[in-house]
Amino acid sequence: MTDVTAGRAEGVRSVQDNYLALVRKKRLYGGITLLIFIMLMLSGFQIANDRNAGGFLEGIPMFFDFPEGVIEEAWEKRGNLPGLLVKYFPALIETVNIAAVSTLVGAFGGIVLSLLSTRGLALWPRAIPLFRRVMDVMRALPEIVIALVLIFVLGGGPVPAMIAIAFHTAGALGKLFSEVAENADLKPVEGLSSVGASWGQKMLLGVIPQVAPNYVSYGLLRFEINIRASAILGFVGAGGIGYELRNSISWGQGKFDEAAAIFILLFGTIVVVDQVSSHFRNRLTKGAAL
Amino acid sequence: MTAASTNINDARIVAERLFSRKRTMAFGALAALIAYLTYIFFAFDIAGLAQRARLDNAVTLASDSWSYKTHVTRDNRFGAIEYAIEGERKGAYPEGRYPAWVTPGEQSTVVDLGNGQIATLLPDNRLTLELPEYGTVEMALVGRDVVTSFGDTPPDWTNISDSRATITLDGARVTFTRSKTELFRYFAGWELFFFTLDSPYNGAGLGTILFGDRVDPERANLAGAWQDFWSNGMWRHADVAWAIFETILMAFLGTFGAAMIALPLAFLAAKNFAPLGAARFAVRRVFDFVRGVDALIWTIILSRAFGPGVMTGTLAILITDTGTFGKIFSEALENVDDKQIEGVASTGANPVQRYRFGVIPQIVPVLLSQVLYFLESNTRSATIIGAITGGGIGLLLTQAIQTQKDWEEVAYYIVLIIIVVMLMDWLSGILRSRLIGRKD
Repeated sequence: MTDVTAGRAEGVRSVQDNYLALVRKKRLYGGITLLIFIMLMLSGFQIANDRNAGGFLEGIPMFFDFPEGVIEEAWEKRGNLPGLLVKYFPALIETVNIAAVSTLVGAFGGIVLSLLSTRGLALWPRAIPLFRRVMDVMRALPEIVIALVLIFVLGGGPVPAMIAIAFHTAGALGKLFSEVAENADLKPVEGLSSVGASWGQKMLLGVIPQVAPNYVSYGLLRFEINIRASAILGFVGAGGIGYELRNSISWGQGKFDEAAAIFILLFGTIVVVDQVSSHFRNRLTKGAAL
Repeated sequence: MTAASTNINDARIVAERLFSRKRTMAFGALAALIAYLTYIFFAFDIAGLAQRARLDNAVTLASDSWSYKTHVTRDNRFGAIEYAIEGERKGAYPEGRYPAWVTPGEQSTVVDLGNGQIATLLPDNRLTLELPEYGTVEMALVGRDVVTSFGDTPPDWTNISDSRATITLDGARVTFTRSKTELFRYFAGWELFFFTLDSPYNGAGLGTILFGDRVDPERANLAGAWQDFWSNGMWRHADVAWAIFETILMAFLGTFGAAMIALPLAFLAAKNFAPLGAARFAVRRVFDFVRGVDALIWTIILSRAFGPGVMTGTLAILITDTGTFGKIFSEALENVDDKQIEGVASTGANPVQRYRFGVIPQIVPVLLSQVLYFLESNTRSATIIGAITGGGIGLLLTQAIQTQKDWEEVAYYIVLIIIVVMLMDWLSGILRSRLIGRKD
């Protein structure tokens, strides 16, 4: 009897020891990882600070200077504000238009690329890796790179920005779309091929109706992102509200009321589009009709 | 019987109504799309694009991104001849060396411009060109005027005035002005990518460097080659590597810094953790505000305070992503399973232990996967923000584009950016599947 309890206690103890050793080891590894991470962060911030024109600590007090200056001037000239909002409204429309067209064009390109690179649906199954790599490269290229090069060739204006964003969008949406299309039911496609439908017909009638809600949802999300991208590209010379913002800011004091008006327009647009699009996306993913 | 057929009839009518409604909807959507694109066609002035487009710029860009030119320049005052790649001082041939297609002589220097086109630099600022299609052309500086033998009607591939003559040839160009005679010839490739002409390793093959005798008696081959490659003045490999590092640094610090700030705030914004409705509302509005202001405006505000550089870009990413992460994290926290927390609580754990063992293990995989996903997309953002605020590879890229002539460098940077972003994508994918234990 005593032997048995002793043996059991022995067994429990060895299990306990093993368990504790394991926990200690895990803690040690976790601790080392955490330590390395913290050191990376600290030294990273140190390097970032050293390689900046102005230091972090010196900059902190000045952080609010610019917003303060803008708000002060906007408040002094608050009578101008409604007029300025109207003045810059067309530029805002241009920015939204760039985002909308590039989302449409990019989504169309994304649909084609995604169908060409999905197993079971692809027109040329052997070319699937090729189309996937093409999408990877399209996604990896920042819009600003294409925009700057195109501005050199096509001159400033909305078209370079539109092409640049559409190019990136096609790659980004293509990947997401192809993940959706992979889960599509192939029975309608088989049915269509049994009546002799071409590849285009099979995709248009067999696949697209199944995946459309998800595609529209991703497209709306992309539209939100593209409005921001379109404003940024305007800032480097591609027209729209970003361009006006750059002009009014580089003018400095005296045009800050205009900058404030543009800030308000941009902020308002982004918030409104985010809200509206997330409302529709929620409905789409929950299966309700638009 | 009749009841059944009425039912069928009713059903048919309903179905037909549905069909016709769907058809109208489909055609309506298509018509709206076409109308919108037509409006865009005029709003963006696509028709006028053909006039605004600079096709010559496109040609320069396309040819310059994969080729280089070597200049042969004679100073028309002193008669000295210099050879330089891209006409840059850093690409100049050292004294006494010259390209293989140039034959310097006592009196005259013969320059083979390719495709049977031969230029001869003669004393007294004279130049003859032998062109296979056209014949021989003579040019000279007489007094202060540039005189050519083209006569009154020069061909359209020339541009002649008293002070200047420019002749565009097949793969080469000749420019004759009062101060200098400049010939240049195009070649394919990125010349001097590894070593500039003043380096002894220029022209040495990989085999020579790895296994051959010492090229430079002072230094070991590999160390010396690396040193010369790294300090290459034309391609500035060291600067480019730094710029890439800075861009990755911005993305890394911004993403993880934002995650670290957003996590505690997310607890305040999650319904099941924050009992105070007012605080929850306030934190959520802060997240919305920070996201709505957008990276562009943050970048502008920050660069006013901190000046251009890495820190500014880092903070711009950090602030914007704090809003995004806050929203994602608080949603993840609201989906936490209460059973696990209750289980930990039933063992007598205090609140801190309940969070540590009940909540954190549930959300960490979700959060880390999101953070890693953002790390990749922020590498791209860091390039863009760098172009605006001035830091990292984005700055080098905008500088190279602004010169409007270093397109080979632009091409090089673009390739590097693509590689880096794809590497980050791959790395974050690997880490994500490791952490979550599944492939995505």
